[in-house]
Amino acid sequence: MSSCDGCRAVGPEAAAASQPRAGHVRTVAIVGPPNSGKSTLFNRLTGLRQKVANFPGVTVEHRIGRAKVSEDREICLVDLPGVYSLSPRSEDERVTRDVLAGQTDAVARPEAVLLILDSTNLARHLTLAAPVLSLGIPTMIILNMADELRRRQGVVDTEALAHHLGAPVTLVSAIEGEGMEAVYDFLSGAVRVPAPLDLPAVHDLAGCRQWAGRVGRRASYRPPAPPVWTHRLDAVFLHPLAGPLILAVVILLVFQSMFTGARPMMDAIRWLVAGSGAWLAQTLPESPVRSLLVEGVWDGVGAVIVFLPQILLLFLLLGVLEDSGYLARAAVIADRTMARVGLQGKSFIPLLSAYACAVPAVLATRTIENRRDRIATILIAPFMTCSARLPVYTLIIAAFLPEYPLVGALVGTRAAALIGLYALGFLAAVATAKLLKSSVLKSEPTPFVLELPPYRWPTLRSLGLRLLDRAVIFLRRAGTVILLVAVILWALAHLPLAEGKAPPIEESFIGTLGRTLEPVIRPLGFNWKIGVGLVSSLAAREVIVSTLGTIYGMEDPGSTGSLSAAIREDLSLGGAVALLVFFAFAMQCFSTVAVVRRETGGWKWPALQFAYMGCLAYAGALVANRLVEWLV
Amino acid sequence: MQVGFIRKRRRAGRHRRGAAASTLVELRRGEQGILERIDLPPEAGRRLMELGFIPGTVVTAAGCAPGGDPRVFRVDGSEVALRRETAALLKLRCSAPPQE
Repeated sequence: MSSCDGCRAVGPEAAAASQPRAGHVRTVAIVGPPNSGKSTLFNRLTGLRQKVANFPGVTVEHRIGRAKVSEDREICLVDLPGVYSLSPRSEDERVTRDVLAGQTDAVARPEAVLLILDSTNLARHLTLAAPVLSLGIPTMIILNMADELRRRQGVVDTEALAHHLGAPVTLVSAIEGEGMEAVYDFLSGAVRVPAPLDLPAVHDLAGCRQWAGRVGRRASYRPPAPPVWTHRLDAVFLHPLAGPLILAVVILLVFQSMFTGARPMMDAIRWLVAGSGAWLAQTLPESPVRSLLVEGVWDGVGAVIVFLPQILLLFLLLGVLEDSGYLARAAVIADRTMARVGLQGKSFIPLLSAYACAVPAVLATRTIENRRDRIATILIAPFMTCSARLPVYTLIIAAFLPEYPLVGALVGTRAAALIGLYALGFLAAVATAKLLKSSVLKSEPTPFVLELPPYRWPTLRSLGLRLLDRAVIFLRRAGTVILLVAVILWALAHLPLAEGKAPPIEESFIGTLGRTLEPVIRPLGFNWKIGVGLVSSLAAREVIVSTLGTIYGMEDPGSTGSLSAAIREDLSLGGAVALLVFFAFAMQCFSTVAVVRRETGGWKWPALQFAYMGCLAYAGALVANRLVEWLV
Repeated sequence: MQVGFIRKRRRAGRHRRGAAASTLVELRRGEQGILERIDLPPEAGRRLMELGFIPGTVVTAAGCAPGGDPRVFRVDGSEVALRRETAALLKLRCSAPPQE
């Protein structure tokens, strides 16, 4: 993955140069409405040479990447947020407008624009062409989804359209790669760009729409037949009875497959980690280095790496649901629930992405225009069960709960327990939202508007890129934060040296820290080792798994037993349930605290959130522990 | 868009048989109407207009979520879900069937 620093290095002087020079990397922006296939086009052009970045100050995520446009030339491609217009209201639209106007330091002013529109709904999407063309930047209009247009008998005359728009037009299928030659020709500067013709007043939406209809008619645009399959599928997926039932089955299947589907891969990785660790322990001579490698790095980081397949599977399933268009229907079905707790439907999408990770979820709230709604959504997002909790949940559930089928072979006890934990987090979020919206964050309701895209087959290419992205993020975390904490922990566990040798773990710094904490966490059923895990998991939740891996690995260096066996021996059932509840509620994540501070513009909200979630976690764990002890 | 006729709807006796629906929420599944105006603050109204709800446009009621809320409308080539409370603020033109 090559960096794209060239984009930033381009100064105003270079940006102003109209003729491409040797060594000068042109910046080209991709603009388009949501669901027009911007990302597919971007992936098609850049392949793996891309990275996610943030616009400084406003934290709107965008992608930049390099595209090879001819033998010896590369350009820098910027994928801007999907917008319907350039009138700046939400952060998304502001960023798009600022980048196009050259009013940001993040990237050089684009020297060309690729405006990508959905050819199956051309007349409406052309509305965006008016404000983009009036910027005066050389623009190519890319009509995407040519395959779908053809299949549904739609027609458009691209030459006539180009003539009436005063800009080159090409019909492509970004998914299939059809018609991309014209795009490369434009990017390498081979296409002469005619001057734009009479454009409507940009702020008159109705006028722009009329103009778009007129231009479409002149280009003999015939809209495609209605998407019959989408209507048929919606009749099922939004059916009063079948709809919610299907949603429930989909959710159950996602959870169950996270256990059963990921197991072979997880076992394979566990075997590799254990095998290589044992080999290292045998090969290296007895020394602090060996101890650091085996007990610190292998037992610690290895314990977390094992969960990579599970997290990738979650993202694969979420990706299929999103790319196919089902997620939008799920949002419609869920809207009533959201309305009941006083949140608008728009909060649903950020909250849903919080199931992957709270950080992108907090960033995704920027599409919510109402500030109070936005803050409420940010505050409840970390309650949603993020993928970092998954290793902790799976470890504890697998250690304490035997697997047997509940609903045939479809749902087992472990998947049911996991669903219960997801539900617990969701309920906490809902209750908190209700509390906030009826008190400090009360506001006028804003309308819920959600476009339902036609159903489409997800493509392997886009799913693959998504998984690769996730794997890189996960492994980077394992290689930085988790590795660092593991090494620090190992050091603290081996100091202070007593007579030149490492002390027994109870008397090390880490043991002392743990036993200082013990009185506080004893009522929850936790011992000092869990206490150390809780402290280290402040960096990131899954770190507790690596911490416990290190501690148990040191306690019993010769043991061949698994981490879950060690935990089962060390923790009571009440303590285990309390630990799960604690993790469901607590905000143990530096990255989330940092992003909330940045997005809310101060320490007030993140501090409140951290304290609230911490208190709830402690109280919840206490109640859970007492309840289990009393029942068993 | 070919529009044959507008099916009239009667609701809780408030509408005479033969009277057209006056807001989006009163359109029954499959019925069409022409949008007259959006009774929402300019910001929110503009958002709806970007999605195709421009006065003068034909809107068709499609399905709805289980429970009847939110409802799905076909407008300008796409499908958009709106809550009933919002749909009630989108007023329809109470004239003859649309011609286009």
